[in-house]
Amino acid sequence: MDALLNISTLHYLVVGAALFLLGVIGVLTRRNVVVVLMSIELILNAVNLNLVAFSRYWQGLHGPTALHGQVFAIFVITDAAAEAAVGLGILIAFFRNKETVNVDEVNLLKW
Amino acid sequence: MTPVATPFFFYLLTAIMIIGGVLVITRKNAVHSALALISTLLAQAGLYLMLYAPFVAGVQIILYAGGIMVLFLFVIMLINLERSIRERQFNKQWLIGIVAAAALGGLFIAVYAKGKTLFPAGRVTYAEAQNTQGVASLLYDPHTGIYMFSFEIASLLLLVAIIGAVVMAKKRI
Amino acid sequence: MGALIQYIESYLKTNDVTPGAAGNIFWAFVYIVLVFLGLSVAVIAMNWLERKILAHMQVRLGPMRVGPHGLLQPIADALKLLLKEDIMPAEADGFVFWMAPLIVVLAAFTVFVVVPFGPTHAITDMNIGILFMLGVSSLSVLGIVTAGWASNSHYPMMGALRSSAQMISYEVAMGLAVVSAILMTSLHGPGLYGVGGGASDTGTLSMIGIVQAQQEQGVWFAFKFFPLGLVAFFIFAIAMVAETNRAPFDLPEAESELTAGFHTEYSGFRWSLFFLAEYSAMIAVSSIAVTLWLGGWLRPFPNLLSGPTWDLVFSVFPGITFLALAAMCFYSTARMPKHPLFKIQTIGLGGFGAVLALIGLILFVPQVRDRVGDIFWFCAKVAAFMYLYIWYRGTFPRYRFDQLMKVGWKILLPIGLAVFILTAIAGIVGFLMSQPVLH
Repeated sequence: MDALLNISTLHYLVVGAALFLLGVIGVLTRRNVVVVLMSIELILNAVNLNLVAFSRYWQGLHGPTALHGQVFAIFVITDAAAEAAVGLGILIAFFRNKETVNVDEVNLLKW
Repeated sequence: MTPVATPFFFYLLTAIMIIGGVLVITRKNAVHSALALISTLLAQAGLYLMLYAPFVAGVQIILYAGGIMVLFLFVIMLINLERSIRERQFNKQWLIGIVAAAALGGLFIAVYAKGKTLFPAGRVTYAEAQNTQGVASLLYDPHTGIYMFSFEIASLLLLVAIIGAVVMAKKRI
Repeated sequence: MGALIQYIESYLKTNDVTPGAAGNIFWAFVYIVLVFLGLSVAVIAMNWLERKILAHMQVRLGPMRVGPHGLLQPIADALKLLLKEDIMPAEADGFVFWMAPLIVVLAAFTVFVVVPFGPTHAITDMNIGILFMLGVSSLSVLGIVTAGWASNSHYPMMGALRSSAQMISYEVAMGLAVVSAILMTSLHGPGLYGVGGGASDTGTLSMIGIVQAQQEQGVWFAFKFFPLGLVAFFIFAIAMVAETNRAPFDLPEAESELTAGFHTEYSGFRWSLFFLAEYSAMIAVSSIAVTLWLGGWLRPFPNLLSGPTWDLVFSVFPGITFLALAAMCFYSTARMPKHPLFKIQTIGLGGFGAVLALIGLILFVPQVRDRVGDIFWFCAKVAAFMYLYIWYRGTFPRYRFDQLMKVGWKILLPIGLAVFILTAIAGIVGFLMSQPVLH
């Protein structure tokens, strides 16, 4: 009980792992491209949570300005924005051609 | 600043995140998935605040919940998904996908059970009044700023992404 | 009772940080309730003021029937909206339709957690104050987009897409203007031209810190590095009008164009939530403008006219304002028609004037005067911005949507970038010129 109530780094890592698993299930099982992209955002968020949790742990060891994990998390958020923009652009271009948003109908190398 | 009722808020925010994550991957309607993802992202910003990272929480709210999700909602509304709500939602290989994810989950549990003793229970409390300045000193300070190059590369990446998205979505190039 | 007053007094005497920063949950809650009530009263007053001021600008009288000079009109409006039938379109998505006004109201009200009414009169003082305000106010775009989509009809859909495209476009210009102001918090150059100033210090994103930086530097940021601060202020003032979908940028909700845009299908109480959120958002972005450029809670001319006599002169302004309002009420009471049907209205207006006069007299008491001074100046500056909003609505014709987007991207964004770069250059020049010259 005490281990449940005393929130430590491990608690945040477990939450991050659970979110990562949900994202992986979403990517592997859904047909809708938009939902797959949103599951990828879930994965990136789980990674960010791990990074910031470890940054807090590192800050405890190396002083109040050891915020490397947080800086890394900011860069990951920036990358996620860029990737979402390009991915959705590809989705729009694809939808304009094929009129479908299901990943398993993208099965031609060239049409 | 003394934290208040930490376990309660931690479990509340975690519950919102996990339930939101489950709703994202199971809803038929893409707009419902997007709204569930917004609630997950806002709960995550709350968790960042609990980890004494207010700047990352602010960036998460502005960029993720206020930027990326608006982009998702715009695209969902531009492509007409009325037909796709009535179609089959899950892949033909959904069982293999779940088995693979379960294997990954087993790996996580094994690693965390083994390394459980590495992480100390308590944590020191540093004043968060200097969090933004701390992040900025890692980025810009002439003596301790080691991430300046990455920062410039990130801005170049965003420029490439803007050009790429515009080219991809244009009707005639 | 005596113990309660003693408890309140002991808190008011000894506090030097906001209750959120001190971790004081009870007082934080009290402040939250006070801010919420104040905001509701402000929205109700804005409703009446907008109709009366617009009417007087258009040489007509506005609401005059419900209560003396239409003072009870907002209450009648609220009653009507609450009692209207709640219509939901048949094919609309029930849950999303219900949730969209909630998202907009949440985004508009949560912003007020960091708004500083005084050096310790805020609910809390976050390290990332201005970032939090900009981020949470950008969440209202989500509510608008989902409202338009959930109505399942093409007018709301187009109105929602146009409205949200406009809001995210002007957020960029707003962000650049805000960054210019934040840059000025770290440049401790004196006076208007920042030349020969002191060494640069670390800036701050916290709202209270920004006003304290203006106090230390002795200049409001609207007048710093003249004309850069002024241009940044004007960019923000234009962008904030577009951000809140108000005239002249209100094409997405103009009745002649899109039959009320994204809230076409909302009736009764749900529509009043959108309306409440719009006025709250107006007050919120005005608070940002006042805090960043107009010195927040600082009284006018803190350096030019300093000293105890000028402090005294400026500290009687709250009382004089309320007494002037009471005088206007009494004058209108004297001009009421002497007809028996108007007796209740005359008595009501006289009573209202008496209440205002009483508040004005209370504000002359020295203890109250010192505490309330900060809050009064902040609210007076925000009220000036509200009047500007109503003035714009009565004066300017509407922008067409492509003109609106052109102004946002092709005019405000380059000017914002130029102001940002020039502010940085001005700061560096001032810093370099303050270094001792080595021969």
